[in-house]
Amino acid sequence: MFQIRIHGRGGQGVVTAAELIAIAAFKDGKIAQAFPYFGVERTGAPIEAYARLSDQVIQTRERVYNPDILIIVDSTLIGTLDMTSDCDRNTKIVINSAQDKKDIKINFPKENIFTIDATKIALEIFGKNLSNTVILGAFAKDTGLITLKGLEAAIREKFADKGKEIIEKNIKAIDKAYNN
Amino acid sequence: MKNILEGSRAIALTIKNINPAVVSAYPITPQTHIVEDLAKFKADGEADYEYARAESEFAAASIVLGASATGVRTYTATCSQGLLLMAEVVYNIAGMRLPIVMTCANRAVSAPINIWNDQQDVMSVRDAGWIMFFAENHQETVDQHIMAYKIAEKLKLPVMVNVDGFVLTHTYEPVEIPTREQIKKYLPDYKSTKGEFLDPNNPVTMGAFATPADYMEIREELHNDLIASKKIIDEEYKKFNKFFKQTVNGQQSTVNSPFLEYTGPSNPKVILVAMGSVIGTIKETVSEMNNIKSLAANLMREKIGILKIKIYRPFPAEEILKIIGKAKYVAVIDKSISLGQIGILASDIKAAAQGKINSKIQSFIVGLGGRDVTKEMVKKIIREVKTNGDEVKFIGK
Repeated sequence: MFQIRIHGRGGQGVVTAAELIAIAAFKDGKIAQAFPYFGVERTGAPIEAYARLSDQVIQTRERVYNPDILIIVDSTLIGTLDMTSDCDRNTKIVINSAQDKKDIKINFPKENIFTIDATKIALEIFGKNLSNTVILGAFAKDTGLITLKGLEAAIREKFADKGKEIIEKNIKAIDKAYNN
Repeated sequence: MKNILEGSRAIALTIKNINPAVVSAYPITPQTHIVEDLAKFKADGEADYEYARAESEFAAASIVLGASATGVRTYTATCSQGLLLMAEVVYNIAGMRLPIVMTCANRAVSAPINIWNDQQDVMSVRDAGWIMFFAENHQETVDQHIMAYKIAEKLKLPVMVNVDGFVLTHTYEPVEIPTREQIKKYLPDYKSTKGEFLDPNNPVTMGAFATPADYMEIREELHNDLIASKKIIDEEYKKFNKFFKQTVNGQQSTVNSPFLEYTGPSNPKVILVAMGSVIGTIKETVSEMNNIKSLAANLMREKIGILKIKIYRPFPAEEILKIIGKAKYVAVIDKSISLGQIGILASDIKAAAQGKINSKIQSFIVGLGGRDVTKEMVKKIIREVKTNGDEVKFIGK
């Protein structure tokens, strides 16, 4: 079983990102679970969401405490929130940041840190900082836990109500992050 | 076909396929997504029910009471403060013998204000005369809703399906939703009995006045009917399992009935008893012991049994005792408490066990107000129950 924890702020699509990972993994033929930890929903407040991927039925409901993968959607959380103390040295961290990973102020083996300037890609494609789906393109590439095809299918399903334009933009965004 | 869905959506899709005539609800976190989805299905022309927007939970419950009294299938959902506001009507629904099905997305009760999961809300109406289901996961939630309607309409008793708020309502996981056609084969269109609903051609009074000369017998009859409902519930569960083979629930179990599921050896030393989604965490905790990643092997090796209560009312006392009587230590894990007493399920089990079994039964309180129930806590309970003393323990860390 792989456990994923996503950190971000309310309004950045953190919960949606966890759900997209689970849907993508399910489309890839895995068993998956995703759930949020809400504070009372407030835009800008730190928020977490979780996903688990497995070949077998997932029964546990506890939050993810020792993630195999940590995703940080908002790098301004680094230094203000302890996100890594329960990670082991093999945990991979995917961070939305314009910085090179050697400059990221996080005490962690650099070979396990992956950065993607998801905000830049989001601004190019959406005209605003909707970086949650973008970062999943990098997550798919850096971890190999979900396929790009699965992620595309997940976006088409999850955003079905949002219309064709939004779906196509999101797919373009994950493609760009994946091939970055 | 299995799909990956949010728990609330799985419930809403199931209710759409069950096809009630009237849905009425007032939104309250974490139940909101269910009734939003049902409203959207109606607005999009995908559903035929009347969707009555209510100004409060009291009104929502009253609307489904009235609709059900006219002899049609109804649905509502609520939780927490909403359920407390409904309480008066909840009692009336049972007393009037209306086959209403309600989902309770279990949540803590104020004060302090808290929107997260525990099971204190439902316990406030446990004595009202409703049949009460508790679900562990999405598939069980879906299955229990379908069975709930069949049982309610057959017995003329209301059924509440309890699902842990957020933990199930906001979680995505694989689940199969039977189609409307599949459900209809098991659960035919509802036809109320002549003389038992509000019909201008056969006028009746419902929920009438009862003086001391009659009230007690009417209440006794309701109690007796709830006890007697176990036989019908059992029959309907067997029929359900013949109709719908998609369920993964109870696969590893040694005893599986509509009332409970026992997983473990026939000679357990310790039995953990609980209701709802926490059972999943308990199972996985035991699975991971001894680094052998097998629930069955660890249950044998550790002599641990896991007892899931699926129907809390009518209380399956005899079935529970038959299982826990074999264990030396019984830990009853509640997400609610009768303040000033002990955990509420624990209290029920202790009362049933009085003079009948010799096991030590201890009450453990977990997960109040959304406190995460971790595997470490489950391990702690397993250690604690084997020690002396049987006072109620809050396991918050």
